[in-house]
This record gives sequence, C-alpha cells and structure tokens, in this order.
Amino acid sequence: MARFIERHPAWALIVIIAVAVLLWLVFAIWPPGLEAAIGRKRLFLNAVLNGITLGGLYFLVASGFTLIFGLMRNVNLAHGSLYLFGGYIGYAISTWTGSWILSFIVAFIAVALVGVILQLAVFRRMEGQDLRQTMVTIGLSIVFADLMLWVFGGDFYQVQTPSWLIGPVQLPLLTAIKSSGEPVYLQYPLVRLVIFAASVVIGIAMWLALNRTRIGMIVRAGVDDRDILAATGVRIQLVFVLVFALGAGLAGIAGVVGGTFQSLSPGEDTRFLLASLVVVIVGGMGSIPGAALGAVIIGLAEQLGSVYIPTYAIVVTFLIMVVVLALRPQGLLARR
Amino acid sequence: MLKGSLGLIALSSLLLSGTAFAQEKIKVGVTATLEGTYTVLGEDGMRGHQTALNVLGKKIGDKELEFVVASTDATPDSAVRAVRKLIEQDKVQILLSPLSGDEGIAVKNFAKTHPELTFVNAASGAQETTYVDPAPNFFRYNMDGAQWQVGLGKYAYETKGYRKIATVGEDYSFIYTQVFGLVLEFCGAGGQVTNRQWVPLGTKDFASVIAALPDDVDAIYLGLGGADAVNFLNQYQQAGGKAHLMGGSIMIDQTILSSKGSAKNALIGTIAASGQADTWEDPGWQKFVKAYQDSFPESKRFPSPSLLATNYYGSTMALILALRQVNGDLSNNQAKLKDALAKIEIDAPNGKIKLDANRQAIGTNFVTEVVDDGKGALFSKVVKVIPNVNQTLGYDPAVFAKIGLPSRTVPECKKY
Repeated sequence: MARFIERHPAWALIVIIAVAVLLWLVFAIWPPGLEAAIGRKRLFLNAVLNGITLGGLYFLVASGFTLIFGLMRNVNLAHGSLYLFGGYIGYAISTWTGSWILSFIVAFIAVALVGVILQLAVFRRMEGQDLRQTMVTIGLSIVFADLMLWVFGGDFYQVQTPSWLIGPVQLPLLTAIKSSGEPVYLQYPLVRLVIFAASVVIGIAMWLALNRTRIGMIVRAGVDDRDILAATGVRIQLVFVLVFALGAGLAGIAGVVGGTFQSLSPGEDTRFLLASLVVVIVGGMGSIPGAALGAVIIGLAEQLGSVYIPTYAIVVTFLIMVVVLALRPQGLLARR
Repeated sequence: MLKGSLGLIALSSLLLSGTAFAQEKIKVGVTATLEGTYTVLGEDGMRGHQTALNVLGKKIGDKELEFVVASTDATPDSAVRAVRKLIEQDKVQILLSPLSGDEGIAVKNFAKTHPELTFVNAASGAQETTYVDPAPNFFRYNMDGAQWQVGLGKYAYETKGYRKIATVGEDYSFIYTQVFGLVLEFCGAGGQVTNRQWVPLGTKDFASVIAALPDDVDAIYLGLGGADAVNFLNQYQQAGGKAHLMGGSIMIDQTILSSKGSAKNALIGTIAASGQADTWEDPGWQKFVKAYQDSFPESKRFPSPSLLATNYYGSTMALILALRQVNGDLSNNQAKLKDALAKIEIDAPNGKIKLDANRQAIGTNFVTEVVDDGKGALFSKVVKVIPNVNQTLGYDPAVFAKIGLPSRTVPECKKY
C-alpha cells in the first residue's frame, strides 16, 4: 500500500478522493440539489448494494473458472453448464427435501463429481493441448445444454427461498429525513445480503486455503511450474482432480444461488459462462483476488448502468472489458 | 430370413410411396421461440398448433400438410435466419411465423422479398408489423399489443380508481405497443402515467429496477413476459413489494400464472387485458380448453392454454380452413390461397376474427382479474368482454395516425 502511494502518488490521490466521495455518497444525507441531478439516494444505495451482491454471485462462478485455468491452463468453456447443472440439482433437492442448505451441499458434491469425471475421462487424455481442450469443452457445453433441455425442459425453475430469508431488512443507512424529522432507513432484501456474506466467506476460505495450507502451496507451485512440481514427486494428477472438483463444485453452488435470486432456464449456462469470462478477463486469468475485483466491477457496472443509463446498460460491461484489454491486457490483478 | 423379407417389404413400400402412392404434400414452415427468455411461450405456442392439428386434421383434399419447425430466440435476426432456412433448405411453401413482436416486423419485411409465398403470422403483436407498410402476403389473425389492452385503462381508472400509474416493460416493439394501448386509454380517461421504465429483454437481475419503482403511484403496470416476468416477481417478493399491480397480455398469462414457486402469488387481484380470459364461459372457448387439455398429459402442459397457444391455434386454423376452401391450390403464386386468407372469417376459440384491409385481425378483447382457484392455481377471470376491436382502437384513422408509432415515449399522456 505504502509502496503503491510512493510509486504512483497521482493515482493514489485519485483513488483516495474517489473512496472519500463514495463514502460520502453512502453515508451522508444528500442535499436536494444532488437528488434533483441524479435521482434519489435510495436508488443509488440500492444499485450499489445490488451490484456488490450480484458481484458475489459472479465471483462464485468465476473463481472456479479462474482456479481451473490458473492451474491447468484449461479454458473450461463448459463451466456455464456446470453452473446450470448445479442449479437444477439444487432445485430438485430443495423441492424434494424442503431444505435450502442441503441443496447447496448436494449440488456441490454432485457437480464436483461431474468435474472429477470430466478431468479423468476427458482432460487428462489431452493434457497440454490447450486448443483441443477448449474445443472439446465447447462441444461438451452444447451436449450438456441439450441433455438438460431434454430432462428439465425449457421451463423456468426457481429454488424456493426459505421463509426466514424472504422479505427485506432495515439497514443502518439513512436514505432521507422526512419533513417530520423522522429518519428513513434503507430496506434491502435479506436473501441477497446472506448470499453475499456467504460468497465473501467462501472467497476468504479459498484465499486462506491457497495461501496458508500445504495443499494450497502445492497448487500455487503448480500454477507457476507444473513440470518442476511433478518432478519433486507431488502426485500432480491428484492435485488436478482436486482443483477441478473444487472449481466445478463452486459453479454448482453458484447455480443454486443463481436459482434462488434469479431463475434457472436453458440459456443461463452461456450467460454465466460469458459473465465469468468477462470477470476473469477484467480481473486477470488465474487470480482469485482478480476474480473478486472483476466480479464486483462487473456487478456494479451492470446495476448502476441499469439505473442511470438503462438503454446502454448492456454495453457498459463490454466497454469495461475493452478498456482493460487495451490498457492492461493481462487483467487488473494478474501477476505478470 | 424373416429379417430379410421384412427389409424387402420396407424397401418396396419405400419405393412405392415414392412413386405409385405419391401423395402431394404442402410444406409449411413453423417458427417458435424455443430458446432464450421466451422458451416457455414458444413451447406452449407449439402446443396450441398441435391442438389445432388434432382437432382439424392435416388433410387438405387429397393433399397432406407437412410441418417443419424452426427455433428462434425472440430476436429479429434469429427469426429471419429461421425463416430463410425454412424457405431455402426445407423448401416450405407457406410460413406460420413468428411468435414475438420484433420478429414480426423483421419477418414482415422479409416476406416482401418472397412475394410468391404466403406468410401467416403465428402470434407476434407489434403494431408496426401490419400498420406501417404492410406486406401483401403477410396475414395476421391475432390482434396487436395495443388492441389487447383495450378496456384496461378505463377499468383501472373508473372501477379501480387508479389515478397515477407507472409502467415497467421490456424494451421492444410488442411491449411498446401494449403500453401504447394502455396509455392512450388511461390518459384519455383522465389518468396520469408518471414514469415509463424500460428493461432489456432477458434481464435477470431486477433488483435495481424494483428499487427505482416510484412509490407515489396507485398502481404499477408490468409489461414483462417469460423468464423476465418470473425473475421480476421473485425479486419483487424478496424486496417485500406491496404495490397494486396491472399486467400486460403476456404477464397475466398461464406462462407466468402457472410458474413454479410462490412469487406469482403477488399477482392475485392484478387487473389485466388480453386476447383471452382463462375462465371465459363461451362454449367455443371451453371446447378449445378441453381439446388442449386432452392433447397433452397434465405434466406437459399448463392447466389452461396460454395466449400463445390460442394464437397459434387461431393462425393454424385460419391457414387450414383457407387451404381447404381452395382445395390446396397453390398455383399462380398462391393467388387463390391469399385471396381466401384475406376474406376468411374464423370462429377462433377467443371470439370471431376477421381481417381488415391491412390483413390485420379485428377481434374480441378481454379485461381480466387474476383469481386463485382455491387449490393454489391462478387463472385470469373475465371482467369485461369487448367485441370488434380494430387496429385503430376505435379512433378515426386520421387522428390515430397523428399519435405516432409506439415507442419508449409515444404516445404522450394526453387525450387525443
């Protein structure tokens, strides 16, 4: 941090000012002039919170994607299918048992198993052939999409939110003060906050596992140089299978999350594949913190865009991607 | 031995069917949105189409109809691609297409490049399709989005007492047309539309849209369909929304009312208008509902046909009846068929339908209210039936032309 300020004093100043403005926008009562210019504060706060919580969902999908890429240099374009499959599994379990929590566990395990099978039966056979692997994953994603269409049909499925999560909560953020002097606090859907908290916990757990454990050390070593790692006697294939299972399982969990606050239907697979591609391109391929940053940026861009420039909201995400590709092609937080 | 002789029989029958028993086929291409946001709508449209074939049969004199289905995703380019493929690869002679508003405008324009073929609109409802520069070989037996809103504005203003409303709609031609119809009538009655919000087709995360809904209005009008509508309702429930709602024709429809989960319950009591009402007691409608229910097992259909099923049924019916009138004669660039299509009046399940000079349907409209049948299933109940709704909504054509074409901001909220 200190080094960054020393090296780029101008940028640091801009960042500090931006953070200060943002904090002021979030916590202060907006003067009437500002409300007239850019709309009510409630709207702004909602869009920001929505962007961050949507970022949480994107992070869950993209972290698995970036983890698999980082270690195996395998651009798994069937990742969206894993997401949708996890969602369907979660839906089936939650309607069958009525337990929302259980649906996460089963979806994680089931999709992780699919990941293991994919790794053992497909990717291991074509190790090191990036292009071939990518083509195979495109083919697989089409096959999976048709299989799921066959089994689940074109219907929309929604994972039922447990009753204790339905409805809004009051956040300690002032949006306005009524003429009577009574403060108005922000109401926000509880389920989104819970899901966001869960994705933060998962993100931190992944970071700790990668940076503080022996397995994490092996994985990081594998990211840097697979061949040397294998030469030291580590059973690299086992590590690959584990990482693939974890990445796939995360996509499965994300599917249940997506099915809870959005919906599941054919086409969602490609939408989330595209979203995670954009997220990791912005954040940096193979970097977990990069995926987190990218996810929040894309989530915020989508939501703020849909409020303030609804007509061009779709373009904003891709504009960000274009700018990142032009100025910092390796991604914002990539190491090289 | 057995295998060999069986093979021989199969082979000879194949040869025979190619020569001696050659039955002339009439090839019809059908498109439906079997992908993307409107998948469920497309699927139920195809059910309506199938029901029509079950009821009417595929025989046209000594010829037989053969259908080739292509899938689209509600975007105009997907519709043109599908139609082009049907014409160029499958060599279809007649098109039953398309389902969605923007698709309709594109296919109508494309129809002009094939004046020799006949296009029967399947279900699309943008006003522009038949109102602006219509194609002489494009026939539409369903009303447009504005016609489907007739009655709603007055009912909301006079009976429900709503004075100020806001709208949320998908950003494309059909919903523009629906809002057009609503605004004309509601503002004409003296109401105010304070805010019109447009979201891209295929929006998944409505949280910010919901946050931006104004709270100083009497009701909020929802012009959404398919996955968008389900997502909206789900997130509306999570956000604890409690406003009075009004619905467009594909919002208050079995495609949404029979979706899974409890979010749809927010719609109970919602008023809407559409080209049909689920609980209409007319015998023709009840017969159609029965035919639809009998055509598919209960798990593979909705409790009652959606607007899309009804539209596909009506357009298939019009086509078959017209073909039978001319005995399947497609000679001379299908001139006889086109003539018959333009003149035919059909007894569709949702009322009598005839075409105007632009080959656009004049039909019956329904104002409805959503009710719970007591077992958790939602239906639209008839409040008012309005016959003979034409494309200019009863306005003098010259006055109507001055209003302008439906768009994000047209019409203005005033009395025309």
